[in-house]
Amino acid sequence: MSERRFDFEIVVVGAGPAGLAAACMAAENGKRVAVVDDTPWLGGQIWRGQQARPLVPQAQKWIERFRRSGATLLDRTSVIAAPRAGVLLAEHANGPREIHWDKLILATGARELFLPFPGWTLPGILGPGGLQSLAKSGWPVSGQRVVVAGSGPLLLAVADGLKKLGAKIVSIAEQAQWGRVAGFGATLLAHPAKLAQAARIKWRLLGVPYRCGVWPVKAEGDTQIRQVTLTDGQRSWTEACDLLACGFGLAPNVELPLALGCELLEGFVWVDAWQATSAAHVYCAGEPTGIGGADCALVEGQIAGHTASEHKAEAQALFQERSRWHEFRSALARAFALRAELKSLATADTLVCRCEDVSLGRMKQFAGWRDAKLQSRCGMGACQGRVCGAAAKVIFGWGMESVRPPVLPARIESLISVAEKESAEGGKASTGSECRAPALREYEN
Amino acid sequence: MSDQIELRVNGKSIRVAGGTVVAAAIALAGVSCFRKSVLGEARGPLCGMGICMECRVTINAQPHCRSCQVLCEEGMEVRTDE
Repeated sequence: MSERRFDFEIVVVGAGPAGLAAACMAAENGKRVAVVDDTPWLGGQIWRGQQARPLVPQAQKWIERFRRSGATLLDRTSVIAAPRAGVLLAEHANGPREIHWDKLILATGARELFLPFPGWTLPGILGPGGLQSLAKSGWPVSGQRVVVAGSGPLLLAVADGLKKLGAKIVSIAEQAQWGRVAGFGATLLAHPAKLAQAARIKWRLLGVPYRCGVWPVKAEGDTQIRQVTLTDGQRSWTEACDLLACGFGLAPNVELPLALGCELLEGFVWVDAWQATSAAHVYCAGEPTGIGGADCALVEGQIAGHTASEHKAEAQALFQERSRWHEFRSALARAFALRAELKSLATADTLVCRCEDVSLGRMKQFAGWRDAKLQSRCGMGACQGRVCGAAAKVIFGWGMESVRPPVLPARIESLISVAEKESAEGGKASTGSECRAPALREYEN
Repeated sequence: MSDQIELRVNGKSIRVAGGTVVAAAIALAGVSCFRKSVLGEARGPLCGMGICMECRVTINAQPHCRSCQVLCEEGMEVRTDE
């Protein structure tokens, strides 16, 4: 039997750059710390594969430091709810886990933003980051023709990574205009290491067309994608491919922060200068507070770790470095802002919600996200609106108003364990009764 | 890599390197349909990082496992929707 109850002074959710940095600081400051992560890996999505094949010195450094820090790792552990103050409910293959905390640091990272266009549900169309992650974990890309499309600096990094693994990169299509991308290149002058990295990647991709102001409009295939149609707004053309890596930047993972009562500001978790959220004893660092990349996340994570372990002077010493990365973060957002045309790629019969197969035409009949969910089931399936909710925000401007537990599809036994505990304690079994059918339905059929 | 693992995907035996995720083993087995959608469309992984749920398969008789988040293990039985 595995242990079911864990008690720590500081619990960090997420083992990416922000989470590792936070955990290292807190543990080195003498606190009893645990990091909880969904995956079997350290380093989050951005540093995935660095344990097995260390290529990024920065990742190696932090992973090593974490191992020496004395912090506990609860891996393969998915947080599904925050049933009451100071407690997280999580799932592990061996059963539910109850994780108690005095201070909580949320480093839940980001996911890729997917926008629907005709054919986007075909097998073989993956997020660029997702394909890179899978390729590092054995997904066959050698000899495969890959078109990389969407937006953001990740497109180049992914094209480079896939090429190293033997993929044939057909082309890279960046939706942002060349002028904006070039302007972003100029801001890298303030970050020489990043500039050098960008230059090396561009050099290795010589011969691969990198087109700005170009985006996908249609994918076609049979059992999988065979070709993608791209446009620059004037003309359209088709490129044959075996895989399409397509993502329009990143969207923050704010489900758990929302479940904990953290306030959002413009879609991101609001934090003060100490990385403290609006919820008592809850801190947040990295992408959920703004899409700034690994370096930004590392600094924010360190600040959160120091603050949560009452080492405010050390935290404050990092404020200046953080503001440098916040400038970089703003430059990123400006350069890769999404063009209006992307809101109208989907046609009436294009599916927007892939879990419940709800089309754009059906969703258009409703006034808002909540209304659409209630009446069309969009956003009510297994991903709980993580994909279509983010797309609906771009297409319709609909915002996610709240989140209901469980924040991930959960096994019934996990939920029962909370309800049983609460009824045994004579407490309010509010979470148990709020765990509605939609998330569970997947496990019942 | 030398540490090969043998598992079965839809009954077909396949050997993969250690550290391979189940989603990759399914692709290596030549299977493109991981699950059938509500309307019967073939779907495969989208996000590759455990949030989209498109890569759900049955692993060792446990349905709805996110194949992109699970490492291959010796003797694993993997089933996709066909």
